[in-house]
Amino acid sequence: MPPQAGSTSDARRSSWNSLWRLRSYLRPYTRPLVVSWVAAVLGIAAGILTPLVGKEIIDGPVAHGDQGALLPLGLLALVLGVAEALLTFLRRWSQAAPVLGLETAIRDDLYRHLQRLPMRFHDEWQSGQLLSRATTDLSTIRRFLGFGVLFLVMNVLQLTTVIVVLLRMYWPLGLLVAGSAIPVVILSQRFEKRYIRISRQVQDEQGDLATFVEESALGIRTIKAFGRRRHVAATYDGLAGKVHRTSLAKVRLSSRFFTFLEVVPNVTLAMVLLLGALAVGGGGLTLGTLVAFTTLVLQLVWPVTSLGYILAMGQEAMTSADRVVEVLDTMPEIVGGSDTVAAPRGHLRFEGVEFRFPGAARPVLRDVWLDVRPGETVAVVGATGSGKTTLTALVPRLVDVTAGRVTVDGHDVRDLSLPSLRSVVATAFEEPTLFSMSVRENLTLGHRDATDDDVRAALEIAQATFAYDLPWGLDTRIGEQGMSLSGGQRQRLALARAVLGKPRILVLDDTLSALDVETEALVEEALRGVLADATGLVVAHRASTVLLADRVALLREGTITHIGRHTDLLSEVPEYRALLAQDAELDPEEALQ
Amino acid sequence: MSEGVAGDTWRGVAAEDKDQLSDTVSLLLRTRSRRLLGDLLRPHRRQMALLFAIIVLSSGAGLAIPYLVAAGIDDGIPPMLRDDGSGTLLVIVVAVVTAALIQALTRQAFLRLSGRIGQDILLELRRRVFDHFQKLSLSFHEKYTSGRVISRLTSDIEAIAELLASGLDGLVTAVLTLVGTAVMLLVLDAHLAVVALLPLPLLLLFTRWFRRESGITYRRTREAVALVIVHFVESMTGIRAVQAFRREPRNQEIFERLNDDYRDANMRAARIVAIFMPGIKLIGNVTVAAVLLYGGWLALHDAVTVGVLAAFLLYLRQFYEPMQEISQFYNTLQSAGAALEKLSGVLEEEPAVAEPRRPAALPYARGSVRFDGVEFSYTGGAPVIPALDLEIPAGQTVAVVGTTGAGKTTLAKLISRFYDPVAGRVLLDGVDLRDLDEAVLRRSVVMVTQENFLFTGTVADNIRFGRPEAGDEDVVAAARAIGAHDFIAALPDGYDTEVGKRGGRMSAGQRQLVAFARAFLADPAVLILDEATSSLDVPSERLVQRALRTILADRTAVIIAHRLSTVEIADRVLVMESGRVVEDGSPERLIGGSGRFARLHRAWVDSLA
Ligand SMILES: Nc1ncnc2c1ncn2[C@@H]1O[C@H](COP(=O)(O)OP(=O)(O)OP(=O)(O)O)[C@@H](O)[C@H]1O
Ligand SMILES: Nc1ncnc2c1ncn2[C@@H]1O[C@H](COP(=O)(O)OP(=O)(O)OP(=O)(O)O)[C@@H](O)[C@H]1O
Ligand SMILES: [Mg+2]
Ligand SMILES: [Mg+2]
Repeated sequence: MPPQAGSTSDARRSSWNSLWRLRSYLRPYTRPLVVSWVAAVLGIAAGILTPLVGKEIIDGPVAHGDQGALLPLGLLALVLGVAEALLTFLRRWSQAAPVLGLETAIRDDLYRHLQRLPMRFHDEWQSGQLLSRATTDLSTIRRFLGFGVLFLVMNVLQLTTVIVVLLRMYWPLGLLVAGSAIPVVILSQRFEKRYIRISRQVQDEQGDLATFVEESALGIRTIKAFGRRRHVAATYDGLAGKVHRTSLAKVRLSSRFFTFLEVVPNVTLAMVLLLGALAVGGGGLTLGTLVAFTTLVLQLVWPVTSLGYILAMGQEAMTSADRVVEVLDTMPEIVGGSDTVAAPRGHLRFEGVEFRFPGAARPVLRDVWLDVRPGETVAVVGATGSGKTTLTALVPRLVDVTAGRVTVDGHDVRDLSLPSLRSVVATAFEEPTLFSMSVRENLTLGHRDATDDDVRAALEIAQATFAYDLPWGLDTRIGEQGMSLSGGQRQRLALARAVLGKPRILVLDDTLSALDVETEALVEEALRGVLADATGLVVAHRASTVLLADRVALLREGTITHIGRHTDLLSEVPEYRALLAQDAELDPEEALQ
Repeated sequence: MSEGVAGDTWRGVAAEDKDQLSDTVSLLLRTRSRRLLGDLLRPHRRQMALLFAIIVLSSGAGLAIPYLVAAGIDDGIPPMLRDDGSGTLLVIVVAVVTAALIQALTRQAFLRLSGRIGQDILLELRRRVFDHFQKLSLSFHEKYTSGRVISRLTSDIEAIAELLASGLDGLVTAVLTLVGTAVMLLVLDAHLAVVALLPLPLLLLFTRWFRRESGITYRRTREAVALVIVHFVESMTGIRAVQAFRREPRNQEIFERLNDDYRDANMRAARIVAIFMPGIKLIGNVTVAAVLLYGGWLALHDAVTVGVLAAFLLYLRQFYEPMQEISQFYNTLQSAGAALEKLSGVLEEEPAVAEPRRPAALPYARGSVRFDGVEFSYTGGAPVIPALDLEIPAGQTVAVVGTTGAGKTTLAKLISRFYDPVAGRVLLDGVDLRDLDEAVLRRSVVMVTQENFLFTGTVADNIRFGRPEAGDEDVVAAARAIGAHDFIAALPDGYDTEVGKRGGRMSAGQRQLVAFARAFLADPAVLILDEATSSLDVPSERLVQRALRTILADRTAVIIAHRLSTVEIADRVLVMESGRVVEDGSPERLIGGSGRFARLHRAWVDSLA
């Protein structure tokens, strides 16, 4: 599971870094970014100038009864107003591309990276957690980098400009306004620390919730079979309740802070009025200046108030960036080498292979030696949970050995490039693993250039020509995970997918288990032809499947104890006999020993 | 769609992936969303009223500030200039501070209360939609992939959360400020106010345009993001096959295309906002200039005071600033509206397998099952079971065999009422399954499906799923009974071992054993095993079979198996072929005969060689 944020200060530093790193995604958009920033700055200037024109009108024409000056000043205000609107348009318009481009590019990269991360990563991370990073977190980042940062800078800019203008207009009052920033800064910092913790918590909890939703959607058949709707709903309520509670805490925290941010400028305004009036009375200030002054101070209310939202947004963006970078920074442990096998013969060797799941006390496989010569087929036989699937996963490098090596035609599989290795090896998994797309696409997953004839040949081998009789033939979209097919149909499609494109090494992990005896016999017959040329590694629980192989390897206690022909092993090795013989008189408990 | 009435192109989730809709349809959709919203808001009526009172107070205080400032300038300063003392001014300043404090306090109260209401509504919505998804039948879930479910319960809910968190606040404040400001302007000076408010109709027209445009765009965004999510979830779920078959480049291509579509939809939305917001600003700024000119002219002729003019300028800012907020609100509203539309669509879907209005009583199921002229086809397909009459007396163990795709699983699913027959009835102890309460049915009939889904959690949790109230001893006893105890005890943490995501840390056979133990713990009157031992090694399978002899002694069982060893424990064998029962009899009789089963059995015996 994703690790929790460490100590706050640590978390904060890394958050900044994470967010800062993502800026490189903005590089292709320098031009529109510059345009939008310039437009933003000019827009602020126009916004600030308008009240100053108001001041001029009040102090000038109105005070002196100078009708002639009124019109030009009024027109100036008009021009400034129009300019501000146009600049705002320019800013928003030119900003859309960079911001959305950033989000899209990160999402593309995240997806690409996730596709490269090994099974070990995916075994641990629920797609719900990954998804919340690819959607919610990215849009949070987009919102902040797009609008938040700009508003933050604009606000600070506006604040400082206005304060400078105020200082120049009448410095004592200006100083007062500037001083009001101090409590804001101090409180913002305290707020930030607490907010970052709570927003990470909300995000993680939402990820958990998404994970649960995913599981209960995928496991709907099981839930229904047991009528556990209420039970599942109760668990969901618990998780949703957690999100609810944390979100409320977040609301409480931010409401305190936001409110504070609203009081400060308003109280400042009152002070300005009081002291300003005194100054006007004392003759230190004109009435027009005071009007302009108060107008400007009033203009500060919004930037200061919105500072709270923006800071909160920034915190959220930082946690989000952290969560995204956390995934992007996970190194794919399984990366391809540079070798390729030009003309693969399919010589597969396990040399002193050991495999241990991370954190496990004992290895699942140890000291495994197995030599499968080109064109030969070896069956792997072993009890439930003995490590057969793990052994097969080592060949296409879905997992990597922890000691020893697996070689294909003399190359350590770790030295081969992944596409090269994985085009030599094709696996039919014990779970069919189909996708909700057309039958054809399911079959040709990696072979985009497969012809109709290739597909037909593969379907015929797997006895899966039923696919042509589906409502739209091969273009029929099969339900998620192939759920609109029968169990045996799913398995045969998965088998057809593996034999498609005549791989040099064919790995079959108990792929005939859901077939009836007759179909199984037909498939075996057809497979014999395929395995005559290809190298085969066939996991089997049944004698009928074992007969596909030239030799059989018996996997016991994590290692291969016997290798030989089926009949020989059957007569010589009692453990083997216990595993495969159907004699009813054999005592199962004894057999399991 | 499947579960709506034919021809209703908008009912339920049917309209989900259309982005251009006819006016009537979009009206219907809007009414539906509004109904849901009303439904959600209703329990909070009191709080909403309170909220409204608070916000009126808060906006009032906010509005008073510029007015007080104007008063300060007009009434507070002149006496001082005349050396009449600063009493008035002080009063006004105190009033400003008080107004600011009231505003602050009410704001805080508002934020908290509205936050609470918003979160409560979200919680309720989450629960409702989740529960409804769980209620909907399998035929729905087959079409509506898990990615879609996830996208409804995450990104759509978030869109609504955003509306509740910031939108409502923005809208209410903005509207109140707007109305309040207009009133203040009129009070201050009717002439000037008319000039200031002149562009209002234009504003309304402009807003209408925006609403129409963004409505379309936001539907498109929601649908686009749903597609991204669906593809993402599916490729992550099947990552093993993706990697092993080098699907990555093609997946990347598809993903980038969907992602680009999503970006384009977002871009369109952003562009519309980029026109709208500055447009509002333009109208506002032009008005300010006009007021300056006209107001200046009036002031020149002493028709208005300087203070009034100053107040006007302040108010006008306040008047157009909230307009921006209103458009922001529209943004969130549109996007939440699109989300609400989809959610209300899901909630509108009726489960094809509906709970009975008046459930029949069946206090104790004995477990006799009868198919009475049952015909069944999956939606839109050819009949899988053309016509079936079958009687399984209570306590009988029936083995069902047949070629793959013959309809064995379908038969089993009909008994557990995953689907309802198209014609005819399936009866449990003489009661039509459609008349049985879900709880009663599930207590009586349990099926171990062909795909053994394990949930994240421990082994014990997963077994206990069969009977949540079972104690630890019961869990262990169930595992023992089917011969899974030894392997579980040997796991690093025994029964407390985490099985990992979807049971990934167990081997296929181990998953099957756990799933089996789970069903055993549920202790139903009718137990259906759909190839429940297909991935086990022979000794484990035989252990299970031995256990079955005792387990099944006093209950009805339907066992689907390709390995005919299982058949040995059956009282009766059904051979299925294309949805029909072609042979029916005791195993001995069928093996002795010359039919299909005899042939199958011979082939099987040969395969054991
Ligand atoms: N991700 C994992 N983490 C820890 N242990 C695991 C993991 N995956 C599998 N195991 C354990 O490794 C052992 C070997 O599993 P594997 O799936 O290779 O067995 P198998 O021989 O294929 O069994 P089956 O015949 O049931 O398919 C099992 O005991 C299993 O519990
Ligand atoms: N959800 C579904 N939607 C549409 N068609 C389906 C669905 N499930 C099964 N079918 C079709 O119905 C037919 C019968 O399927 P069923 O699963 O009952 O077969 P089965 O006898 O259990 O086969 P197997 O031994 O392979 O499990 C098959 O042709 C299958 O393609
Ligand atoms: Mg396995
Ligand atoms: Mg089946």
